[in-house]
Amino acid sequence: MTETAATAAVGGRSREAIAQRLAADLRDGYVVNLGVGIPLLVPRFIPPDVEVILHAENGVLGLGPPAADGQEDPDLTDAGKQPATVITGAAIVDSALSFAVVRGGHLDVTVLGALQVSGRGDLANWYVPGRNPAVGGAMDLVAGAREVWAVMEHVDRAGQPKIVERCTFPLTGRHVVTRVYTDLAVFHVADGQLRLTECAPGVSPAAVRDRTAAPYIEDLAGRDGSGAGALRRG
Amino acid sequence: MIDKFRADPMSALAPIPSGACVAVGGFGSSGRPDTLLDALCDLDRRGLHVIVNNVGSDFTGIGRLLAEGRIRRLTASFPVLPDFYDEYFAGRVELELIPQGTLAERLRAGGAGIPAFYTPSGAGTMLTDGTFPLGYDPDGQVAERMQAREHRSFSGREHVLEYGIVADFALVKAHKGDRKGNLRFRLSARNFNPLAAMSGRYTFAEVEHLVAAGDLAPDDIHLPGVFVDEVLLRSELSPRQPAIPRSGS
Repeated sequence: MTETAATAAVGGRSREAIAQRLAADLRDGYVVNLGVGIPLLVPRFIPPDVEVILHAENGVLGLGPPAADGQEDPDLTDAGKQPATVITGAAIVDSALSFAVVRGGHLDVTVLGALQVSGRGDLANWYVPGRNPAVGGAMDLVAGAREVWAVMEHVDRAGQPKIVERCTFPLTGRHVVTRVYTDLAVFHVADGQLRLTECAPGVSPAAVRDRTAAPYIEDLAGRDGSGAGALRRG
Repeated sequence: MIDKFRADPMSALAPIPSGACVAVGGFGSSGRPDTLLDALCDLDRRGLHVIVNNVGSDFTGIGRLLAEGRIRRLTASFPVLPDFYDEYFAGRVELELIPQGTLAERLRAGGAGIPAFYTPSGAGTMLTDGTFPLGYDPDGQVAERMQAREHRSFSGREHVLEYGIVADFALVKAHKGDRKGNLRFRLSARNFNPLAAMSGRYTFAEVEHLVAAGDLAPDDIHLPGVFVDEVLLRSELSPRQPAIPRSGS
């Protein structure tokens, strides 16, 4: 829906395909928080042999699918205040304990939409100046989760790169993003260094370079598009 | 004998004066104490400093306070309601925007006797560097900005100093409560309720079910009655609010 002439010209992944690509990197046992937008498409693509605990800011650990029509319970919603369900084995806590989970390093991954990501891993995703400011749990999530995976269209509606040398939108956090999944590519960020690890099927490294405004290292060797390896716990 | 049950919300909440600082539980309409909020409106209290995670999506609950011009300052993480921002940019309401986890912990800390704490959330952002507009003049110019937070590095990471919140009053909602003030919440309607209750110097709890003391086993009590001063029944006139369109976290 936000496809631009630039991305249309080079192909790349649909929103669903970005979510599917990201889901392939989730590992059995992960505790994961999903933001709004493309991240919400991720659960349907989690492989059946991978059990992931979904965390919602309002205190749910073990969030299930949205509630079916007629099955809504006003006492059970997701972080977007939509009627939700829980999985067997779920737990519910208050908001302080929910964010103790977040800040305490007990979230393996938070998957967040982004306005901009800088080459050093700065994230801007909470506020467009001139619009209505609201932050929710975004700053806690990026400060606390072990991994922050930004998922977004590679360029904005005007065709401008969203991976930039320096964010021009107000920051959500500094040096927090560890991976970026877009319609065109997958990047990793480590030690303040951005690395292109994968181009989407049919997308050339040159096309990615043309649409990326931060310096990065091409690190495509050995990447088969099936995922970039598991995080190690501890 | 301890009996914290009160039958009439209007007379119970009458001691809350205009201008009071009031912490309120709920996440959107989930777990929001609508009966108590309606009583506050019916009592015609004004100039309130309301601490709540969000305003909601309509003119019920916190939205009613806003629509009736009763809020002087809002401390929140996700206001949501567009009409709130109209009031904010017009200089009629101040907004202290706080990361959600910081808001929860500030309420908990205030009720736990912890005056301040360091957190990494928001460090190095405009919510802690003193640039975020707290309020506007009627002509649209920034009148005041949120106070800059002290930054301090721990283990090489930047953190900010945040203060515990002690509210004059707290309004919360629970699923079950007894006459000792013990509360039990249901599913994700718990959210900010125990924390708002802890933060209040004087706390009112609205319950769906008033149960006899002992019906809630000690192990099943989510918030003990020591944090609750008065218990009221949720009114049948406060309908459960429908879920709202997804608009972010």
